[in-house]
Amino acid sequence: MGRNRAEVTIQTARDAGLVGCTRCGKVWPQQTHECGRCGATLKRVDNAGLQAVWAWWLAGLIFYIPANLYPMLRTSTLAGSQQNTIIGGVVELVTHHSYFVAAVVFVASVVIPVSKFIAIAYLALAVGNERRAGSHRHLHLFEVVEFIGRWSMVDVFVVAILSALVQLGAVVSIHPGPAAAAFALSVALTMLSAQSFDPRLIWRGPARTTGS
Amino acid sequence: MHETPIDQLIACPKCDALHQARHLGENERAACARCGTLLITPRARSFLHVIALSFTAMILMIAAIFFPFLKISAQGFSHASSVFEVAMAFSDGLLAPLSLVVLMLIVGLPVVRFGALIYTLWPLANARPAWPHARRVFRLAEELEPWAMAEIFIIGTAVALVKIGGLASVSLGPAFWAFCALIIVNALKNAFLSQWTIWDAIGQK
Repeated sequence: MGRNRAEVTIQTARDAGLVGCTRCGKVWPQQTHECGRCGATLKRVDNAGLQAVWAWWLAGLIFYIPANLYPMLRTSTLAGSQQNTIIGGVVELVTHHSYFVAAVVFVASVVIPVSKFIAIAYLALAVGNERRAGSHRHLHLFEVVEFIGRWSMVDVFVVAILSALVQLGAVVSIHPGPAAAAFALSVALTMLSAQSFDPRLIWRGPARTTGS
Repeated sequence: MHETPIDQLIACPKCDALHQARHLGENERAACARCGTLLITPRARSFLHVIALSFTAMILMIAAIFFPFLKISAQGFSHASSVFEVAMAFSDGLLAPLSLVVLMLIVGLPVVRFGALIYTLWPLANARPAWPHARRVFRLAEELEPWAMAEIFIIGTAVALVKIGGLASVSLGPAFWAFCALIIVNALKNAFLSQWTIWDAIGQK
Protein backbone atom coordinates (compact mmCIF):
# COMPACT_ATOMS: atom_id res chain seq x y z
CA MET A 1 0.00 0.00 0.00
CA GLY A 2 2.77 2.44 0.86
CA ARG A 3 3.91 2.97 -2.74
CA ASN A 4 2.20 6.33 -3.11
CA ARG A 5 3.05 8.67 -0.29
CA ALA A 6 0.43 11.26 -1.22
CA GLU A 7 -2.42 8.77 -1.32
CA VAL A 8 -1.90 7.05 2.01
CA THR A 9 -3.48 9.69 4.23
CA ILE A 10 -6.52 10.33 2.03
CA GLN A 11 -9.74 9.05 3.52
CA THR A 12 -12.84 9.05 1.34
CA ALA A 13 -16.42 9.56 2.45
CA ARG A 14 -17.05 5.94 1.43
CA ASP A 15 -14.20 4.70 3.63
CA ALA A 16 -15.72 6.55 6.57
CA GLY A 17 -19.12 4.92 5.99
CA LEU A 18 -20.59 8.20 4.77
CA VAL A 19 -21.91 9.43 1.44
CA GLY A 20 -20.99 12.78 -0.10
CA CYS A 21 -23.34 14.86 -2.25
CA THR A 22 -21.92 15.17 -5.78
CA ARG A 23 -23.76 18.44 -6.32
CA CYS A 24 -22.83 20.48 -3.22
CA GLY A 25 -20.23 18.40 -1.36
CA LYS A 26 -22.23 18.01 1.87
CA VAL A 27 -21.64 14.74 3.73
CA TRP A 28 -24.42 12.48 5.06
CA PRO A 29 -24.74 9.09 6.78
CA GLN A 30 -24.67 6.25 4.26
CA GLN A 31 -28.38 5.39 4.32
CA THR A 32 -29.51 8.92 3.40
CA HIS A 33 -31.25 9.13 0.01
CA GLU A 34 -31.56 12.85 -0.57
CA CYS A 35 -29.16 15.65 0.29
CA GLY A 36 -30.78 17.75 3.02
CA ARG A 37 -29.05 20.90 1.84
CA CYS A 38 -29.43 21.02 -1.94
CA GLY A 39 -32.07 18.31 -2.49
CA ALA A 40 -29.99 16.29 -4.97
CA THR A 41 -30.30 12.51 -4.95
CA LEU A 42 -27.36 10.95 -3.15
CA LYS A 43 -25.61 8.26 -5.17
CA ARG A 44 -23.36 5.64 -3.64
CA VAL A 45 -20.14 4.96 -5.50
CA ASP A 46 -20.85 1.78 -7.44
CA ASN A 47 -20.78 0.37 -10.95
CA ALA A 48 -24.57 0.53 -11.50
CA GLY A 49 -24.28 4.05 -12.96
CA LEU A 50 -22.09 2.75 -15.78
CA GLN A 51 -25.16 1.26 -17.48
CA ALA A 52 -26.53 4.74 -18.09
CA VAL A 53 -23.14 5.86 -19.42
CA TRP A 54 -23.13 3.02 -21.96
CA ALA A 55 -26.76 3.56 -22.95
CA TRP A 56 -26.24 7.27 -23.75
CA TRP A 57 -22.91 6.46 -25.38
CA LEU A 58 -24.44 3.91 -27.75
CA ALA A 59 -27.36 6.19 -28.64
CA GLY A 60 -24.88 9.01 -29.39
CA LEU A 61 -22.80 6.70 -31.59
CA ILE A 62 -25.87 5.59 -33.54
CA PHE A 63 -26.84 9.18 -34.34
CA TYR A 64 -23.28 10.03 -35.29
CA ILE A 65 -23.54 7.71 -38.33
CA PRO A 66 -26.38 9.54 -40.18
CA ALA A 67 -24.74 12.82 -39.12
CA ASN A 68 -21.84 11.88 -41.38
CA LEU A 69 -23.75 10.22 -44.21
CA TYR A 70 -26.48 12.81 -44.84
CA PRO A 71 -25.82 16.34 -46.12
CA MET A 72 -25.30 19.08 -43.55
CA LEU A 73 -25.84 21.97 -45.99
CA ARG A 74 -27.61 22.42 -49.31
CA THR A 75 -26.26 25.37 -51.30
CA SER A 76 -28.12 26.58 -54.37
CA THR A 77 -26.47 29.15 -56.65
CA LEU A 78 -27.09 30.38 -60.19
CA ALA A 79 -24.87 27.53 -61.38
CA GLY A 80 -26.95 24.84 -59.70
CA SER A 81 -27.26 23.24 -56.30
CA GLN A 82 -24.79 21.33 -54.23
CA GLN A 83 -24.99 19.21 -51.08
CA ASN A 84 -22.27 18.99 -48.48
CA THR A 85 -21.68 16.45 -45.74
CA ILE A 86 -19.46 17.31 -42.77
CA ILE A 87 -16.35 15.91 -44.41
CA GLY A 88 -17.37 17.40 -47.77
CA GLY A 89 -17.59 20.85 -46.19
CA VAL A 90 -14.10 20.51 -44.75
CA VAL A 91 -12.70 19.37 -48.09
CA GLU A 92 -14.33 22.31 -49.83
CA LEU A 93 -12.85 24.77 -47.31
CA VAL A 94 -9.42 23.29 -47.94
CA THR A 95 -9.79 23.66 -51.71
CA HIS A 96 -10.66 27.33 -51.09
CA HIS A 97 -7.46 27.63 -49.04
CA SER A 98 -9.31 28.50 -45.81
CA TYR A 99 -7.08 26.14 -43.86
CA PHE A 100 -7.74 27.67 -40.45
CA VAL A 101 -11.54 27.45 -40.65
CA ALA A 102 -11.26 24.00 -42.19
CA ALA A 103 -9.20 22.97 -39.17
CA VAL A 104 -11.75 24.48 -36.72
CA VAL A 105 -14.66 22.66 -38.38
CA PHE A 106 -12.69 19.41 -38.69
CA VAL A 107 -11.66 19.48 -35.01
CA ALA A 108 -15.15 20.43 -33.77
CA SER A 109 -17.14 17.94 -35.81
CA VAL A 110 -14.79 15.01 -36.37
CA VAL A 111 -11.82 14.98 -33.97
CA ILE A 112 -13.73 15.98 -30.80
CA PRO A 113 -16.74 13.65 -31.25
CA VAL A 114 -14.63 10.64 -32.22
CA SER A 115 -12.10 11.11 -29.42
CA LYS A 116 -14.98 11.69 -27.02
CA PHE A 117 -16.49 8.30 -27.89
CA ILE A 118 -13.11 6.66 -27.38
CA ALA A 119 -12.35 8.53 -24.15
CA ILE A 120 -15.69 7.76 -22.46
CA ALA A 121 -15.47 4.10 -23.47
CA TYR A 122 -11.91 3.92 -22.13
CA LEU A 123 -12.85 5.56 -18.81
CA ALA A 124 -15.86 3.28 -18.37
CA LEU A 125 -13.88 0.14 -19.23
CA ALA A 126 -10.99 1.13 -16.97
CA VAL A 127 -13.17 1.40 -13.84
CA GLY A 128 -11.90 -1.12 -11.33
CA ASN A 129 -8.80 -1.94 -13.38
CA GLU A 130 -6.80 1.24 -12.97
CA ARG A 131 -4.08 1.50 -10.43
CA ARG A 132 -4.34 4.45 -8.06
CA ALA A 133 -1.25 5.98 -9.63
CA GLY A 134 -3.07 6.40 -12.94
CA SER A 135 -6.12 8.07 -11.45
CA HIS A 136 -4.90 11.64 -11.81
CA ARG A 137 -4.52 11.14 -15.54
CA HIS A 138 -7.95 9.57 -15.78
CA LEU A 139 -9.55 12.48 -13.95
CA HIS A 140 -7.83 14.95 -16.28
CA LEU A 141 -9.16 13.01 -19.25
CA PHE A 142 -12.66 13.09 -17.76
CA GLU A 143 -12.47 16.84 -17.15
CA VAL A 144 -11.32 17.47 -20.71
CA VAL A 145 -14.18 15.33 -22.07
CA GLU A 146 -16.71 17.13 -19.89
CA PHE A 147 -15.39 20.57 -20.81
CA ILE A 148 -14.90 20.11 -24.52
CA GLY A 149 -17.98 18.03 -25.39
CA ARG A 150 -20.36 20.96 -25.71
CA TRP A 151 -18.05 22.76 -28.15
CA SER A 152 -18.98 20.26 -30.87
CA MET A 153 -22.32 22.05 -31.07
CA VAL A 154 -20.48 24.81 -32.96
CA ASP A 155 -21.13 23.11 -36.29
CA VAL A 156 -24.90 23.10 -35.74
CA PHE A 157 -24.78 26.84 -35.02
CA VAL A 158 -22.72 27.46 -38.15
CA VAL A 159 -25.37 25.69 -40.22
CA ALA A 160 -28.13 27.72 -38.51
CA ILE A 161 -26.37 31.04 -39.10
CA LEU A 162 -25.53 30.23 -42.72
CA SER A 163 -29.08 29.11 -43.51
CA ALA A 164 -30.65 32.14 -41.85
CA LEU A 165 -28.29 34.65 -43.39
CA VAL A 166 -27.47 33.44 -46.87
CA GLN A 167 -30.89 33.92 -48.46
CA LEU A 168 -30.11 36.03 -51.52
CA GLY A 169 -32.83 34.78 -53.82
CA ALA A 170 -31.46 33.38 -57.05
CA VAL A 171 -27.84 34.43 -56.43
CA VAL A 172 -27.15 32.08 -53.57
CA SER A 173 -29.15 30.45 -50.80
CA ILE A 174 -28.23 27.89 -48.19
CA HIS A 175 -30.58 25.39 -46.52
CA PRO A 176 -29.90 22.99 -43.64
CA GLY A 177 -29.76 19.25 -44.27
CA PRO A 178 -30.94 16.36 -42.07
CA ALA A 179 -27.43 15.71 -40.77
CA ALA A 180 -27.66 18.88 -38.65
CA ALA A 181 -30.38 17.33 -36.46
CA ALA A 182 -28.59 13.98 -36.21
CA PHE A 183 -25.36 15.72 -35.26
CA ALA A 184 -27.03 17.91 -32.60
CA LEU A 185 -28.63 14.80 -31.10
CA SER A 186 -25.36 12.92 -31.13
CA VAL A 187 -23.57 15.77 -29.30
CA ALA A 188 -26.36 16.05 -26.71
CA LEU A 189 -26.41 12.29 -26.10
CA THR A 190 -22.64 12.08 -25.58
CA MET A 191 -22.85 15.04 -23.19
CA LEU A 192 -25.43 13.06 -21.19
CA SER A 193 -23.16 10.03 -21.33
CA ALA A 194 -20.24 12.01 -19.88
CA GLN A 195 -22.48 13.55 -17.22
CA SER A 196 -23.70 10.15 -16.05
CA PHE A 197 -20.16 8.93 -15.50
CA ASP A 198 -19.34 9.19 -11.80
CA PRO A 199 -15.72 10.44 -11.52
CA ARG A 200 -15.53 9.04 -7.99
CA LEU A 201 -15.32 5.59 -9.61
CA ILE A 202 -11.90 6.56 -10.95
CA TRP A 203 -10.58 6.77 -7.39
CA ARG A 204 -12.18 3.71 -5.93
CA GLY A 205 -8.93 1.80 -6.15
CA PRO A 206 -8.44 -1.80 -5.01
CA ALA A 207 -11.24 -3.58 -3.17
CA ARG A 208 -11.33 -2.81 0.52
CA THR A 209 -13.02 -4.50 3.46
CA THR A 210 -14.47 -1.29 4.93
CA GLY A 211 -17.59 0.51 3.80
CA SER A 212 -18.71 -1.93 1.13
CA MET B 1 -11.61 12.36 10.99
CA HIS B 2 -14.48 10.57 12.74
CA GLU B 3 -14.34 13.03 15.64
CA THR B 4 -15.30 15.95 13.38
CA PRO B 5 -19.06 16.63 13.40
CA ILE B 6 -20.61 15.52 10.14
CA ASP B 7 -21.89 18.95 9.17
CA GLN B 8 -18.35 20.30 9.05
CA LEU B 9 -17.20 17.73 6.51
CA ILE B 10 -17.03 18.25 2.76
CA ALA B 11 -16.62 15.38 0.28
CA CYS B 12 -14.91 16.17 -3.01
CA PRO B 13 -17.56 15.63 -5.74
CA LYS B 14 -14.86 14.38 -8.13
CA CYS B 15 -13.00 11.84 -5.98
CA ASP B 16 -14.92 11.44 -2.70
CA ALA B 17 -11.98 12.50 -0.50
CA LEU B 18 -13.17 13.81 2.88
CA HIS B 19 -12.11 17.22 4.08
CA GLN B 20 -12.92 19.40 7.03
CA ALA B 21 -14.63 22.59 5.84
CA ARG B 22 -13.90 25.84 7.63
CA HIS B 23 -14.62 29.47 7.06
CA LEU B 24 -12.20 30.96 4.55
CA GLY B 25 -10.86 34.51 4.39
CA GLU B 26 -11.56 36.88 1.52
CA ASN B 27 -8.83 35.71 -0.83
CA GLU B 28 -8.47 32.10 0.26
CA ARG B 29 -9.59 29.11 -1.75
CA ALA B 30 -9.88 25.47 -0.78
CA ALA B 31 -8.89 22.70 -3.20
CA CYS B 32 -9.15 18.94 -2.85
CA ALA B 33 -5.98 17.48 -1.38
CA ARG B 34 -6.04 14.50 -3.74
CA CYS B 35 -7.31 15.63 -7.15
CA GLY B 36 -7.05 19.41 -6.91
CA THR B 37 -10.71 20.20 -7.68
CA LEU B 38 -11.64 23.60 -6.23
CA LEU B 39 -14.03 23.05 -3.34
CA ILE B 40 -14.66 26.47 -1.78
CA THR B 41 -13.94 29.80 -3.50
CA PRO B 42 -15.47 32.67 -1.54
CA ARG B 43 -14.90 36.25 -2.59
CA ALA B 44 -15.82 39.45 -0.89
CA ARG B 45 -19.33 40.67 -1.74
CA SER B 46 -19.53 38.01 -4.44
CA PHE B 47 -23.33 37.65 -4.14
CA LEU B 48 -23.81 41.26 -5.17
CA HIS B 49 -21.38 40.85 -8.07
CA VAL B 50 -23.25 37.81 -9.37
CA ILE B 51 -26.61 39.62 -9.11
CA ALA B 52 -25.28 42.72 -10.89
CA LEU B 53 -23.67 40.68 -13.65
CA SER B 54 -26.79 38.54 -14.12
CA PHE B 55 -28.91 41.68 -14.57
CA THR B 56 -26.38 43.04 -17.07
CA ALA B 57 -26.44 39.78 -18.98
CA MET B 58 -30.28 39.80 -19.08
CA ILE B 59 -30.33 43.31 -20.57
CA LEU B 60 -27.64 42.41 -23.10
CA MET B 61 -29.64 39.32 -24.06
CA ILE B 62 -32.72 41.45 -24.78
CA ALA B 63 -30.59 43.68 -27.00
CA ALA B 64 -29.06 40.64 -28.68
CA ILE B 65 -32.48 39.22 -29.55
CA PHE B 66 -34.14 42.32 -30.96
CA PHE B 67 -31.36 44.25 -32.72
CA PRO B 68 -30.15 43.07 -36.14
CA PHE B 69 -27.42 40.46 -35.80
CA LEU B 70 -25.75 40.16 -39.19
CA LYS B 71 -26.38 41.65 -42.61
CA ILE B 72 -25.19 40.18 -45.88
CA SER B 73 -25.08 41.78 -49.31
CA ALA B 74 -23.93 40.57 -52.72
CA GLN B 75 -24.66 41.72 -56.27
CA GLY B 76 -27.41 44.13 -55.25
CA PHE B 77 -29.22 41.63 -53.02
CA SER B 78 -29.10 41.99 -49.28
CA HIS B 79 -30.51 40.13 -46.32
CA ALA B 80 -30.44 40.95 -42.60
CA SER B 81 -30.99 38.43 -39.88
CA SER B 82 -31.61 38.55 -36.13
CA VAL B 83 -30.60 35.94 -33.57
CA PHE B 84 -34.23 34.82 -33.49
CA GLU B 85 -34.19 34.20 -37.25
CA VAL B 86 -30.95 32.24 -36.89
CA ALA B 87 -32.66 29.90 -34.46
CA MET B 88 -35.64 29.65 -36.79
CA ALA B 89 -33.42 28.61 -39.71
CA PHE B 90 -34.49 25.01 -39.15
CA SER B 91 -38.18 25.83 -38.79
CA ASP B 92 -39.48 24.33 -42.02
CA GLY B 93 -39.98 20.63 -42.53
CA LEU B 94 -38.62 17.81 -40.43
CA LEU B 95 -35.93 19.90 -38.76
CA ALA B 96 -38.45 22.09 -36.86
CA PRO B 97 -37.68 20.61 -33.40
CA LEU B 98 -34.05 21.54 -33.93
CA SER B 99 -35.13 25.19 -34.19
CA LEU B 100 -36.61 25.01 -30.72
CA VAL B 101 -33.47 23.31 -29.38
CA VAL B 102 -31.18 25.97 -30.86
CA LEU B 103 -33.38 28.75 -29.47
CA MET B 104 -33.25 27.12 -26.02
CA LEU B 105 -29.47 26.60 -26.11
CA ILE B 106 -28.53 30.15 -27.10
CA VAL B 107 -31.34 32.25 -25.56
CA GLY B 108 -33.74 30.27 -23.34
CA LEU B 109 -31.40 28.43 -20.98
CA PRO B 110 -28.99 31.35 -20.42
CA VAL B 111 -31.96 33.58 -19.48
CA VAL B 112 -33.40 30.93 -17.14
CA ARG B 113 -29.98 30.63 -15.49
CA PHE B 114 -29.63 34.37 -14.95
CA GLY B 115 -33.15 34.56 -13.53
CA ALA B 116 -32.54 31.58 -11.22
CA LEU B 117 -29.31 33.10 -9.87
CA ILE B 118 -30.99 36.45 -9.18
CA TYR B 119 -33.90 34.68 -7.45
CA THR B 120 -31.53 32.67 -5.25
CA LEU B 121 -29.04 35.38 -4.36
CA TRP B 122 -31.24 38.49 -4.01
CA PRO B 123 -32.48 37.71 -0.47
CA LEU B 124 -29.08 36.26 0.55
CA ALA B 125 -27.23 39.41 -0.48
CA ASN B 126 -29.64 41.43 1.66
CA ALA B 127 -28.97 39.16 4.65
CA ARG B 128 -32.50 37.71 4.59
CA PRO B 129 -33.46 34.02 4.64
CA ALA B 130 -33.65 32.40 1.20
CA TRP B 131 -36.93 32.59 -0.69
CA PRO B 132 -39.09 29.43 -0.98
CA HIS B 133 -37.82 26.77 -3.39
CA ALA B 134 -34.39 28.49 -3.52
CA ARG B 135 -32.77 25.04 -3.26
CA ARG B 136 -34.56 23.72 -6.31
CA VAL B 137 -34.01 26.93 -8.27
CA PHE B 138 -30.27 27.07 -7.58
CA ARG B 139 -29.87 23.37 -8.35
CA LEU B 140 -31.62 24.00 -11.66
CA ALA B 141 -29.18 26.83 -12.41
CA GLU B 142 -26.29 24.47 -11.67
CA GLU B 143 -27.65 21.65 -13.80
CA LEU B 144 -28.30 23.93 -16.77
CA GLU B 145 -24.76 25.23 -16.90
CA PRO B 146 -23.32 22.87 -19.54
CA TRP B 147 -26.41 23.39 -21.73
CA ALA B 148 -26.26 27.19 -21.94
CA MET B 149 -24.20 27.65 -25.09
CA ALA B 150 -24.10 31.38 -25.81
CA GLU B 151 -20.29 31.41 -26.07
CA ILE B 152 -20.24 28.49 -28.48
CA PHE B 153 -22.77 30.33 -30.63
CA ILE B 154 -20.35 33.26 -31.04
CA ILE B 155 -17.54 30.95 -32.17
CA GLY B 156 -20.05 29.46 -34.63
CA THR B 157 -20.73 32.98 -35.91
CA ALA B 158 -17.02 33.57 -36.45
CA VAL B 159 -16.70 30.34 -38.44
CA ALA B 160 -19.79 31.20 -40.50
CA LEU B 161 -18.41 34.67 -41.24
CA VAL B 162 -15.21 33.25 -42.66
CA LYS B 163 -17.19 30.73 -44.70
CA ILE B 164 -19.32 33.49 -46.24
CA GLY B 165 -16.36 35.85 -46.55
CA GLY B 166 -15.56 34.99 -50.15
CA LEU B 167 -19.20 34.80 -51.19
CA ALA B 168 -20.59 38.16 -50.10
CA SER B 169 -19.86 41.10 -47.85
CA VAL B 170 -21.14 40.84 -44.30
CA SER B 171 -21.71 43.64 -41.80
CA LEU B 172 -22.03 43.08 -38.08
CA GLY B 173 -25.10 44.47 -36.32
CA PRO B 174 -25.42 45.77 -32.73
CA ALA B 175 -26.77 42.40 -31.59
CA PHE B 176 -23.46 40.78 -32.49
CA TRP B 177 -21.59 43.13 -30.14
CA ALA B 178 -24.24 42.70 -27.45
CA PHE B 179 -23.69 38.95 -27.66
CA CYS B 180 -19.90 39.35 -27.36
CA ALA B 181 -20.35 41.54 -24.25
CA LEU B 182 -22.80 38.98 -22.87
CA ILE B 183 -20.18 36.26 -23.02
CA ILE B 184 -17.60 38.34 -21.15
CA VAL B 185 -20.18 39.25 -18.47
CA ASN B 186 -21.17 35.59 -18.19
CA ALA B 187 -17.56 34.46 -17.74
CA LEU B 188 -17.01 37.10 -15.03
CA LYS B 189 -20.18 35.98 -13.27
CA ASN B 190 -19.05 32.35 -13.25
CA ALA B 191 -15.74 33.41 -11.73
CA PHE B 192 -17.60 35.04 -8.81
CA LEU B 193 -19.80 32.01 -8.18
CA SER B 194 -18.88 29.89 -5.15
CA GLN B 195 -21.30 26.97 -4.90
CA TRP B 196 -20.34 25.84 -1.39
CA THR B 197 -20.75 29.37 -0.01
CA ILE B 198 -24.15 29.75 -1.67
CA TRP B 199 -25.39 26.34 -0.47
CA ASP B 200 -24.20 27.26 3.01
CA ALA B 201 -26.12 30.55 2.90
CA ILE B 202 -29.29 28.87 1.57
CA GLY B 203 -29.05 26.24 4.32
CA GLN B 204 -28.97 28.82 7.13
CA LYS B 205 -32.60 29.43 7.91
